[in-house]
Amino acid sequence: MARKAKPEAVTIKGTSEGLVITLGEGSLDAVLSEMKSHLMSRASFFVGGRVALRVGDRPLSSEQIESIGTMIEEFGITLWAVEGQHPTTIAAAEDLGLETSVRQLGAQHQPAQEHIPLAEMAGIVVRGTLRSGQAVHHAGHVTLIGDVNPGAEVVAGGDVIIWGKLRGTVHAGAMGDDGALVCALQLAPSQIRIGAHIARPPERGRPPKFPEIASVQGGQIVVERWGKK
Amino acid sequence: MSAIVITITSGKGGVGKTTTTANLGVALAMLGQRVLTIDADIGLRNLDVVMGLENRIVYDLVDAVEGHCRLRQALIRDKRLSELFLLPAAQTRDKTAVSPAQMVELCDQLRPDFDFILIDSPAGIEQGYRNAVAPADWVLIITTPEVSAVRDADRIVGLLEAHQKGRPNLIINRLNPEMVRQGQMLSTEDVVEVLAIDLIGIVPEDKEIIIATNRGAPVALDGRAPSGQAFRNIAGRLLGQDIPFMPLKASGGVLDRLSRFFGG
Repeated sequence: MARKAKPEAVTIKGTSEGLVITLGEGSLDAVLSEMKSHLMSRASFFVGGRVALRVGDRPLSSEQIESIGTMIEEFGITLWAVEGQHPTTIAAAEDLGLETSVRQLGAQHQPAQEHIPLAEMAGIVVRGTLRSGQAVHHAGHVTLIGDVNPGAEVVAGGDVIIWGKLRGTVHAGAMGDDGALVCALQLAPSQIRIGAHIARPPERGRPPKFPEIASVQGGQIVVERWGKK
Repeated sequence: MSAIVITITSGKGGVGKTTTTANLGVALAMLGQRVLTIDADIGLRNLDVVMGLENRIVYDLVDAVEGHCRLRQALIRDKRLSELFLLPAAQTRDKTAVSPAQMVELCDQLRPDFDFILIDSPAGIEQGYRNAVAPADWVLIITTPEVSAVRDADRIVGLLEAHQKGRPNLIINRLNPEMVRQGQMLSTEDVVEVLAIDLIGIVPEDKEIIIATNRGAPVALDGRAPSGQAFRNIAGRLLGQDIPFMPLKASGGVLDRLSRFFGG
């Protein structure tokens, strides 16, 4: 049995180039099993995406990369790049026809909790009302022009902006970004999550009549009136 | 003649799809239209019971689709209205006995003979629902003023939008004006605000419906019941008539009861 990986041995981020999984230190088995549990905990979120693997100076053979690729594919994600410094890794990735660098990325190693500024992450704009059972999942920011009805869901790697009534469930910074924001013309979600934080509005509260913005402050989700100084 | 196919659906069960189908069938036939009601709830048929035609069933929808009988043989003429017909569901089969494509074909065969074909959808969003909605030109969504029913109705609106079925219309069933007035029940405005589709009818809560359903005589036949009037109004609106919504006053007051006593 492999020794347990150090905490934060694996980080997963959404970027404009898709997901980037960074493998930290520790035995390969331990790191991979942590990656798997990360993916599993948010499985549905990642489906259909593509992922780049950052392995640092760890040497990986083409067989090892292939088996990681297979593991990732079980979650419906495609491995498209392996970025590493070790020549063995680079050669193995090239053999498999994978990219060896993730373009348009900033710092080489970004911890998961760091906030990615708006300009650096792609966003999408969705027009129309999300009805019960409908969902928008996106690794970047999500702007929705319309209402999010009860039973609908918006999950974003970045910020969530609802130009309408937000009454469903929302998760901003879904890949661990506590700096993400949620704002809406009427912020009355059935549940709101930002990064690793979760909150629900008071049971008998009246829906607000003005735009509001939610963010994480002092370890909890705080909702404030938009424009309030 | 080429019939308009209208599907009545709701997502949630027990909100009044079958009652509405039966009553709109009756009300349209009373307005001189030639109407066919189809029970698409295969395995849990009810429409025949509500229309009081259960004991006349020989063949059903599945028999017709599978070619065990000619389509005309499966149609049952209503015992009161000569221009109203029922195509009953099979009781011993399930939803998978028919496909959406077969439902479309079935309706296309029947269109020339009717002005309206009303399809009573089963609850849910699975195959039974898809069978019922596939041939529809127009969809009516039934909800009651309850958050759970509205939530399911919203899901249906979303599914219909995704399948480009046009804009459905909304019927709010079992509204209790007194409870709305006291703030104990969602109001028409509350429901319409969430669903954001056009309202075509509001049916007040009415114990006459229960009596009529158990008798197998749809309440639209009853000249006095307020719910019957509501269904006749919807039928008129389906024909393009401009009928204002009934004033929803809290019923059960002394004056109300007196006026009904004197045949008002």
